[in-house]
Amino acid sequence: MNIVKIFLLAVCFGFSTAQAVTLKWAAQNDILTFDPHSQNHATTLAMLMNVYEGLTRYDRNYKVEPALATGWKEISPTQWRFTLRKDVRFHDGSPFTADDVVFSFDRIRQPQGTMQIYVANIAEVKKVDDHTIDFLLSGPHPILLRNIIDFRIMSRVWSEKNRSQNIQDYKAKEETYASRNANGTGPYTLKAWEPDKRIVFASNQNWWGKRDGNVTDVIYTPIKADATRVAALLSGDVDIVTDLPTQDVDRLRKNDKLKVLDGHEVRTIFIGLDQHSSELQYSSVKGANPFKDVRVRRALNMAVDREAIKRVTMRGLSIPAGLMVAPGVHGHSKELDKPYPHDVNGAKKLLAEAGYPNGFEFTLDCPNNRYVNDEEICQALVGMWARAGLKVRLNAIQFANFIPKILKHDTSAYMLGWGVQTFDSLYMLQSLVRTKTTGADGSFNLGRISNPKLDTTIDAIKIATDPQARDALIREALITTRDEAYYVPLHHQLRPWAMKKGVSTVHRADDRPEPRFTKVD
Amino acid sequence: MIYRGFLSGIWDHDLAWSFRRSPVTIVAALLTLACVGSALFSPWISPQDPFDAAALNLNDAFKPPAWLPGGEPAYVLGSDDQGRDVLSTIMHGARISLGVGLAAVLFALFIGVTLGLLSGYLGGRVDAVIMRIADVQLSFPAILIALLIDGVTRVALPVEMHDQIAIPVLVLAIGFAGWVQYARTVRGSTMVEKEKEYVQAARVIGRRPLAILVAHVLPNVMGPVLVIATIHVATAIITEATLSFLGVGVPATRPSLGTLIRVGNDFLFSGEWWITVFPGVALVTLVLSVNLLGDWLRDALNPRLR
Repeated sequence: MNIVKIFLLAVCFGFSTAQAVTLKWAAQNDILTFDPHSQNHATTLAMLMNVYEGLTRYDRNYKVEPALATGWKEISPTQWRFTLRKDVRFHDGSPFTADDVVFSFDRIRQPQGTMQIYVANIAEVKKVDDHTIDFLLSGPHPILLRNIIDFRIMSRVWSEKNRSQNIQDYKAKEETYASRNANGTGPYTLKAWEPDKRIVFASNQNWWGKRDGNVTDVIYTPIKADATRVAALLSGDVDIVTDLPTQDVDRLRKNDKLKVLDGHEVRTIFIGLDQHSSELQYSSVKGANPFKDVRVRRALNMAVDREAIKRVTMRGLSIPAGLMVAPGVHGHSKELDKPYPHDVNGAKKLLAEAGYPNGFEFTLDCPNNRYVNDEEICQALVGMWARAGLKVRLNAIQFANFIPKILKHDTSAYMLGWGVQTFDSLYMLQSLVRTKTTGADGSFNLGRISNPKLDTTIDAIKIATDPQARDALIREALITTRDEAYYVPLHHQLRPWAMKKGVSTVHRADDRPEPRFTKVD
Repeated sequence: MIYRGFLSGIWDHDLAWSFRRSPVTIVAALLTLACVGSALFSPWISPQDPFDAAALNLNDAFKPPAWLPGGEPAYVLGSDDQGRDVLSTIMHGARISLGVGLAAVLFALFIGVTLGLLSGYLGGRVDAVIMRIADVQLSFPAILIALLIDGVTRVALPVEMHDQIAIPVLVLAIGFAGWVQYARTVRGSTMVEKEKEYVQAARVIGRRPLAILVAHVLPNVMGPVLVIATIHVATAIITEATLSFLGVGVPATRPSLGTLIRVGNDFLFSGEWWITVFPGVALVTLVLSVNLLGDWLRDALNPRLR
């Protein structure tokens, strides 16, 4: 008996060491935090999902499938019952129970986080027994199962033990135990995070699920410089690069040691404008806020030559945008997604009508390591707006410094990209256009747009159960957003990933390669 | 009296004669003059103002140099990713590189000469302390010290101020990293000079130490300092370029040559080599010619080589 055991053990060990496969992955920027409820930021979420899990998740084809919940039942339109997976353990060994879900729900709703959108419309989470919970909704919620994917479950015991019951105050640059360490239930454990250097994951041997790939270890390296990132792939230092510099894509396609996986991203790059301050903060205009005038906002839109940005800066890898949602998001249609025509004289005329015949000055805040060619696009915008008579000062800074600044509304105009992880327009409308209140409404409405009529429409979308009526409401809200020019949408990103020939993975429109779907030969 | 002594000193070394005799030096001087001239007058003579956003056109981006297919005469050395004329950006960039280099050298010269004079003239404990500090600093590469100072100020000051203070910080950082050479040289010469009769005489007639240092010792120790300073200008420009290349120097909104090389580097793989190569060539030319001038000055001022 003992001999058999030892034999089996040896086989297991031999097997597991022989199978150690490391995926070396490089992209542009580092994550902001490891606190799963703190920052709604795509790169951060892409890392978190390896460690922390939600009740539901996407399968390879973006269908919702069970994760920490094994099943659910709609008891009434405002009450859903979830059955939780049994025998799941956190990485520290503590068991996963209903208490952890209740705890995580209370935690993610704390006002210092930016992720309330993922539990929007959920009034209460009630424990029924250790492995059953009820979601009590404030109204019908047609996309509940999609919406809660990024609501990730933390261990109550672990959080309390490490005094991390509260979300870090990111804007005040607070660090907590949970912002630096991680303890989830997911397929990988966090081994190390050296900020701006690398993140190392190791496979969780006790994970409940099954991997579709063979990756056991992941090393993520943020490499800011475009040329260096591509060189790392060419020299074989990394296996996959997800932030490809647009100018290098053609060359990488021709390299026979590499392959390029094409795909779009459900992300729209846009410029947001302060439409709340009575005097525009970083501007030559005194005593007034020109961005409150729809004519000025339209002029800004018309002065942008989106085709030139697409052709020159993006080298074809973008879709010029008129809508604030990308193709692939429910509610988007080609017919609606018509950008404002490029018309410098028209823009000048509108500015003159609004009382600014000689234009005015303002500062554009722009990240320089977040989106594809972010700083280059901002520089191009400065030139395009200059031709319409607007003098724009560019303030291009690192994303980690940029985001706390704009979250404090300490900006007059800013570049941001909005990825729609739920693949439904409501996510954009509620976060970016709905008047800011507490919670999810207007959580990234940083220009503090406020249109009560539009708010009514958006609130109606949240609870509309009839698909046709809901689609009509979404259409109305998208058109209003476009015609009122609340934002200056620039383009939807196309996101090819490049990797070694031996790597195979699934291209994700949320721009998150999943190691569990990845194979390295 | 001071100036006459100084000038006739130079004349005695026959600088003009040795200059005429060295064709390499003449070429170097002409190149330096060309670089400095085009940098100094870039706002008036550059084909385009690369900082005037309204003048840029994205549709003119990535034009190759004029002699290549697709090139245009308006963009002799091609255009960059924003449609800026590369030649113009080089001229404006050289202006910033030279400015930072010269300012840093002046700063280093000021600290170094002051400390060197004090150290050499006073001797004793002052000398020991200053020279030990110098020894410690010499054990670090200059770039590391500059990087350290630059990094610390960046962390200490709020993000919004970085762009405005980037250039002064850079000047202080590079200058502070280079004072040791001056201090050591001046200290040595001062120790020699202070024993000479004219200094003794000045002391006897009751001149104050400060006056003696500035009026009598300083002019006589400046020869070697000028040589070091010339070569240091080249080093300082390289240090600035390195820091800017690493992304901690001059911001991209007002690029120096180093910043231009860094930004252009992103397009090296995709075949738009001119965006980074020409600023690089300009940097090499500038530094090489300044260095050659410095070498010549060193040889010309060295009595043993004459």
